[in-house]
Amino acid sequence: MTDMTQGGAPLAATQDSYMAMVRQKRLYSGIAILVFVVLLVSGFRVANDRNAGGFFDGIHRIFDFPADVVGEAWEKRADLAGLLWKYLPDLIETLNIAAVATLLGAALGLVLSLLSTRGMARWPVLIPLFRRIMDVTRALPEIVVALVLIYMLGGGPIPAMIAIALHTAGALGKLYSEVNENADLKPVDGLTSVGATWSQKMLLGVMPQVAPNYLSYGLLRFEINIRASAILGFVGAGGIGYELRNSMAWGPGRFDEAAAIFILLFVTIVVVDQLSSSLRNRLSEGAKQ
Amino acid sequence: MTDASLSMIDRQEAAQALFKRKRLISVAVPAVILLYLTYIFFAFDVMGLAERARLDNAMTLIRDTYSYKTHVTRANRSGEVTIAKEGERPATWPEGQSPNWVAIDGETVTIDLPRGHSVLFLPDQTAVYRHPEFGDITAKLDPSVTIDIPEDALPEWISYSRTRLDIRTEAGRLTMTRAKTEVFRYFFGWELFWFTLDSPYHGKPVWTLLFGPQIDADRSNIAGAWQDFWANPLWHHGKVAWAIGETILMAFLGTMGAALVALPLAFLAARNFTPVVVVRQLVRRVFDFVRGVDALIFTILLSRAFGPGPLTGALAILLTDTGSLGKLFSEALENVDQKQIEGVSSTGAKPLQRYRFGVIPQITPVLLSQVLYFLESNTRSATIIGAITGGGIGLMLTQAIITQKDWEEVSYYIVLIVLMVIFMDWLSGILRRRLIKGGGH
Repeated sequence: MTDMTQGGAPLAATQDSYMAMVRQKRLYSGIAILVFVVLLVSGFRVANDRNAGGFFDGIHRIFDFPADVVGEAWEKRADLAGLLWKYLPDLIETLNIAAVATLLGAALGLVLSLLSTRGMARWPVLIPLFRRIMDVTRALPEIVVALVLIYMLGGGPIPAMIAIALHTAGALGKLYSEVNENADLKPVDGLTSVGATWSQKMLLGVMPQVAPNYLSYGLLRFEINIRASAILGFVGAGGIGYELRNSMAWGPGRFDEAAAIFILLFVTIVVVDQLSSSLRNRLSEGAKQ
Repeated sequence: MTDASLSMIDRQEAAQALFKRKRLISVAVPAVILLYLTYIFFAFDVMGLAERARLDNAMTLIRDTYSYKTHVTRANRSGEVTIAKEGERPATWPEGQSPNWVAIDGETVTIDLPRGHSVLFLPDQTAVYRHPEFGDITAKLDPSVTIDIPEDALPEWISYSRTRLDIRTEAGRLTMTRAKTEVFRYFFGWELFWFTLDSPYHGKPVWTLLFGPQIDADRSNIAGAWQDFWANPLWHHGKVAWAIGETILMAFLGTMGAALVALPLAFLAARNFTPVVVVRQLVRRVFDFVRGVDALIFTILLSRAFGPGPLTGALAILLTDTGSLGKLFSEALENVDQKQIEGVSSTGAKPLQRYRFGVIPQITPVLLSQVLYFLESNTRSATIIGAITGGGIGLMLTQAIITQKDWEEVSYYIVLIVLMVIFMDWLSGILRRRLIKGGGH
């Protein structure tokens, strides 16, 4: 009450300084937005200049190629079922690459994450080392490892699998160690008191707590890895991506095959997306109970 | 009492059943995984890997990443001798000059290799490899390759046919074909990383470049050194920097563009902002569709319309991420607290103002952190997409690998890519902490 009755002067001053702050904030956000827009526009112009064809030349041609593909596929629609069947083994190879890479990557990421979480690490001194290992494997794009391994091991699914598994190990390792940090350490203490070894402590004390989250992250990774495995196929690592590149390189005349591969890839990605998201929902509900 | 004991038995049975199931799972899951891996072992032909693996390729790669070789080549027809690092033209020693381990005396060339090995180029298209333990190996072109060795059996480090001789030791390598006789000597490091031999700044210490007398009359030392370094014809530092810039640009344009497109669409896909079921379902299916059509397919489709380059890559990222970001944004919008919007509308705000002051401040932190996560991971995707669509560091890397020659460049690019990704990771982390804290009050 007394504050109020002391008069308008302090209130006006407060109001003024508030308005000044608002103005300043507006100015700063205005500048930030301006910088952002300038970056976006100039970035677009640079990209446009360095592209083989310009944006505005190409924009009206954007549906030409899909129209060609669809047209040819429609003409030969009788063969489509046969083509889908023909490329099924390649699709399975792509899926296998993704699945094995997810399995192995998750296993490696699990070990790395346990080794780099405080309170669980086998050798606490080496925590920074294992963290850096995860950082580097996460930073390596799959294509780098895949291309180098293709050179050393020859083509085929194994280089792609190793490349994706390495990246998965880093990416999942980071997520897993975040999960580990939220795990309760009391079971571990209990197991320590009865003389359990490190692997027993991890298997019996930590795993049951974190398994649902691990699984759910693993499933999400599997979705991502299917896409990665298709892309790596395109640079020569086998699977459906490789067949796609071959039919694309051939050009018109084999667009029906490209269309079949597009359909297979699209359907697979959507189906796996839906399946894994419903599974993940069930897992996270189970974790809440 | 009976009730309790009954339920006790029930519970016991339930517990037993649960144990049984858990035991089954704990055996079955590893068994299934093992079975699957066995199937993969045969499906991927892991046994055949040993045959297909090219260990010599692996050795070349590893060797090239930490060392380079200098070629001393004699063209057998003209007798002309050239000395070049990695056999590259810009790294060739000028006529009449040679490093101190090569002595040219008329037609006789003495090449000292480490560990007491040496090679002699003699007249009459003859070369002698002097091995300190094995002895002298004399090779002559007559007109096919003939050799004379001190023992009867060929040691495994010599491969010989009538058209080609290849001697590989730990000290170096001598090859002789009809066209040329060539010696490789290996040195530690990356050759001519800073300046090539034709640059006046080659071999000068940093101190001289910074503070020493002017070396080139036309240019000041620092500017000249920078020019020569930037335009280094072996390493193309300028081009590489551009390529990395292009990759980051692709990621930036793609992510930001996707966020700008996805935000308004996300309002249409959120239950609490769009009561019309048809519109909502339609927008959601569009999101699902562009997410399902992978970046790979978009890249291929778009590069047909726009040609190869960074713009194509950026648009491919934009299209795919519109789906993912749109889905995430609409989920964030559905979790918005209605009270703030009511509060804003109670002051008489119009719909647009309600969105601006009631909704946007609530979702900004979620939005920004998602966008920054995507920016970081798209730097990696842009490297990969660049390799397909022909732009950025991804393309340079694939080209360097396909030529199968300049492995030191491959390792250079790999190091740069890793640094780039780690830098973007760091930057997005910093921005995330800054902006989200700043946006909180």
